[in-house]
Amino acid sequence: MATVEIRNVRKSYGPVEAIKGIDIAIQDGEFLVLLGPSGCGKSTLLRMVAGLEGITGGEIAIGGRVVNHLDPKDRDIAMVFQNYALYPHMTVFDNMAYGLKIRGIPKAEIRARVDRAAEILELGRFLDRRPSQLSGGQRQRVAMGRAIVREPAAFLFDEPLSNLDAKLRTQMRVEIKRLQDRLGITSLYVTHDQVEAMTLADRILVMNHGVAEQIGTPLEVYQRPASLFVAGFIGSPPMNVLDGRIDDRGGAVLLPGGQSLPLPQPRPTEAGRPVKLGIRPEHLAVADAGFVIEVELVEALGADTVVYGRLPGGEALLVRMAGLPSCRSGDRLTVSPPADALHLFDAVTGRRLEG
Amino acid sequence: MKPTRFIDLVPHIVLIVGVLIFAYPIYVTLIGSTWDSGTIGRGGLPLWPGGQGAANYAQAWAGEAGDRAMYTPVRTMMLNSLVMALSIALGKIAISILSAYAVAFFRFPLRMAFFWLIFITLMLPVEVRIIPTYKVVADLGLINTYAGLAIPLIASATATLLFRQFFLTIPDELLEAAKIDGAGPVRFFVDVVLPLSRTNIAALFVILFIYGWNQYLWPLLVTSSGDMETIVTGITKMIGTGESANDWHIIMATTVLAMLPPVAVVVFMQRWFVKGLVDSEK
Amino acid sequence: MRGVALLDKRRRGFLFNPPHASPLRHAQPTKDHPLQRRVTFDNRLLPYLLLAPQVAVTLVFFIWPAAQAIWQSVHLQDAFGIRSEFVWFENFTHVLSDPNYLDTLKVTIVFSVAVTVLAMGVALLLAVLADSKIKGARAYKTLLIWPYALAPAVAAVLWMFIFNPDIGSFGRALRALGYDWDYRLNGGQALVMVIMAASWKQVSYNFIFFLAGLQAIPRSVMEAASIDGAGPVRRFWTITFPLLSPTTFFLLVVDMVYAFFETFGTIHALTQGGPGKATETLIFRVYQDGVVNNDLGGSSAQSVILMVIVIALTAVQFRFVERKVHYA
Repeated sequence: MATVEIRNVRKSYGPVEAIKGIDIAIQDGEFLVLLGPSGCGKSTLLRMVAGLEGITGGEIAIGGRVVNHLDPKDRDIAMVFQNYALYPHMTVFDNMAYGLKIRGIPKAEIRARVDRAAEILELGRFLDRRPSQLSGGQRQRVAMGRAIVREPAAFLFDEPLSNLDAKLRTQMRVEIKRLQDRLGITSLYVTHDQVEAMTLADRILVMNHGVAEQIGTPLEVYQRPASLFVAGFIGSPPMNVLDGRIDDRGGAVLLPGGQSLPLPQPRPTEAGRPVKLGIRPEHLAVADAGFVIEVELVEALGADTVVYGRLPGGEALLVRMAGLPSCRSGDRLTVSPPADALHLFDAVTGRRLEG
Repeated sequence: MKPTRFIDLVPHIVLIVGVLIFAYPIYVTLIGSTWDSGTIGRGGLPLWPGGQGAANYAQAWAGEAGDRAMYTPVRTMMLNSLVMALSIALGKIAISILSAYAVAFFRFPLRMAFFWLIFITLMLPVEVRIIPTYKVVADLGLINTYAGLAIPLIASATATLLFRQFFLTIPDELLEAAKIDGAGPVRFFVDVVLPLSRTNIAALFVILFIYGWNQYLWPLLVTSSGDMETIVTGITKMIGTGESANDWHIIMATTVLAMLPPVAVVVFMQRWFVKGLVDSEK
Repeated sequence: MRGVALLDKRRRGFLFNPPHASPLRHAQPTKDHPLQRRVTFDNRLLPYLLLAPQVAVTLVFFIWPAAQAIWQSVHLQDAFGIRSEFVWFENFTHVLSDPNYLDTLKVTIVFSVAVTVLAMGVALLLAVLADSKIKGARAYKTLLIWPYALAPAVAAVLWMFIFNPDIGSFGRALRALGYDWDYRLNGGQALVMVIMAASWKQVSYNFIFFLAGLQAIPRSVMEAASIDGAGPVRRFWTITFPLLSPTTFFLLVVDMVYAFFETFGTIHALTQGGPGKATETLIFRVYQDGVVNNDLGGSSAQSVILMVIVIALTAVQFRFVERKVHYA
């Protein structure tokens, strides 16, 4: 068990900078999720922690020890791969034991550790099987078992669930959470799935184009997205974003359609400033006054309903309502958000306007 | 049941004729090896086995003088062919898997230069460089040795390319998992790559064993003494110009024995054989 | 027969990636097969040690002799082999203006084309029949595969046992019918004899590849053609044959190389290039001039010509593979 510190870490491939300076200190026992779209650099960052990629700049320390120049085997980490990377010719037992054998751990202890991991993961019956004789979920568990038996300072997960079908993914997600609670080992978990991130993480690091857009707890990231990118990436369906301008008194946002939405706190210093206004679909509710939209499409999902609407100015607006649909395409609907559900972003930089 | 029409039988007839065309010469040889040379020499070989089989094979095996000439014993020639075929097959596999491992799993200066160096051997079959190769082997004092028979034939691009091709299908993550588990390149080769290559090795072995056993031109050149004779070249030396006054009974018994190992390998290891052939395409 | 069972399993990629997987293709980077893995080890010395045995053998027994052949092909040695003189392309002009050599070239072309056509035609016919849904297809396959194991020279010997005018049943039968059969004296007959023996041996190789190629054709394509109303013969020429063309081209090159080089044993065992020079192919002549007649310059010039032919054939294969690979 240990902390993992990432200090101004950079990665370049020739002239291309893939990681542009990431800073984060992961606490002992913390579960950190690296979240972002493909190509954002999250896997590269994880692989740099693992020692599978070289570090162009900055420092990585595991348990207080700088590991920049250590081989993966000397970093005291274990990794679970997306395709599990099980040795196809070895039994489940040998797969889990291989790393321990190489480290010269006595046979009896290997046996004990593998048995314990197998018990936790309910793999006891499969120890003599080959990976090809297992289901996807079982293979996934073997991959985790291989990590557990090592009793490492940190677990590294590289999209471990993305090769599973939807149902199994949910199930394994819960298992990983339970396992981490039980073992309390510092974990770094890479995913592009916001649900995995929201449910598993103690903290989320949202990455885009090699920079950290935001670091925060799942709720912080949801409630106070630090940028338009985060706002659009977290939440489903994604946040509505409208062009607007703060009025001359700094007390409301003016939209091109003529609506004016009062701000919870006045911003007199920013009067007249162009902004992006974000409203989550689930925060819009039918009201007497507000946005008038023409309903284009209604998706009934059972527990709730997503309405695809269009404002008079032509901008799309999504509304997510609880329960069954109460409107049809072609209807006109007036919806409005509560004042504290407005997110303001700088129109140019996309950063959140705090306050 | 539909009544069987003649047209439905045509494929069977064609296939049976095909099978017979391949089987008949073998049958004749098998039968011939059980008769005496006189019967064969007169051209009166019956279609059923004679009574000389055991005697003929014993005579060929031991190399006792035939009715007309002395021959290298088949047991010597079989041993020579076996050593040659095994050396070529195992030697090729060994040096190819090592070089393929280097080319596939390492990045180092001149990697592509080495790759092409190995690759161009595809374009230099032994036949086009006979005389100078012979000279090199002679200068090294390897004429009439097993080393001279086998080593010049063990460098081949095909086995290297096949292994390399297979190695490129080993997922990167497996290598990374091994690195994290603490395995270095040697350990990874022994613990992971070799076991995973078993099928390829077996398949390649079948093909290369047959290739080695069936060598002709090269053994003809580098062996001059009878006790280094391989069996395939040995047969044609027995036949000479094919006059009727040959020891046909011994020749036929020898031919049967010469066919036995490669045919047995193909029949008993057919699974590997087909895979090896189709994967490596020689 | 487990092997045949394997042949029956359709499109198991790992076991069967037939015609397009020629050795040359292995050298080409494709999306699925990059020339280099992304992840590698980073030892400095080890890769060179691993390469050393193969590189040593290649340099000593391939590159050096080939270089020698090229060197000798532009030099003339005196009778004692002590001094040699640079003679430009004299050896080549000498070889290429020798009417005997041109005859040999003609024999080689006739021989190679005949062997290729015969071996491929028969193999394709048998493969198509054995691939169809007939009873006992599996047994037929097994019985047609094994001749691959025979050495070309042994195949020649087997044919001699049958067609020898003195001892062979067919040879004697031909004579009994009043036909003057003796391939040892009649050049034309000798050529027919070596062509037959060489093709006979090569059929099984082609058969295996045609069968693999046929099995790689998706059933659904054939079924679609049936539904479109194409009869079996039409299906063969409009669907099977075009889809099989990568295999066909591949075998074309392989069979040419076989006929050029590997049939040395067939010819040496059966006719010794004779009678006269009726069955002397290029490779047999290299052997004859270099080993028997000890004409180093001439033999080397011929070797170099053969190298050019192999390189040309390889290049053809390379180009074709590049063009066709997406097709299969």
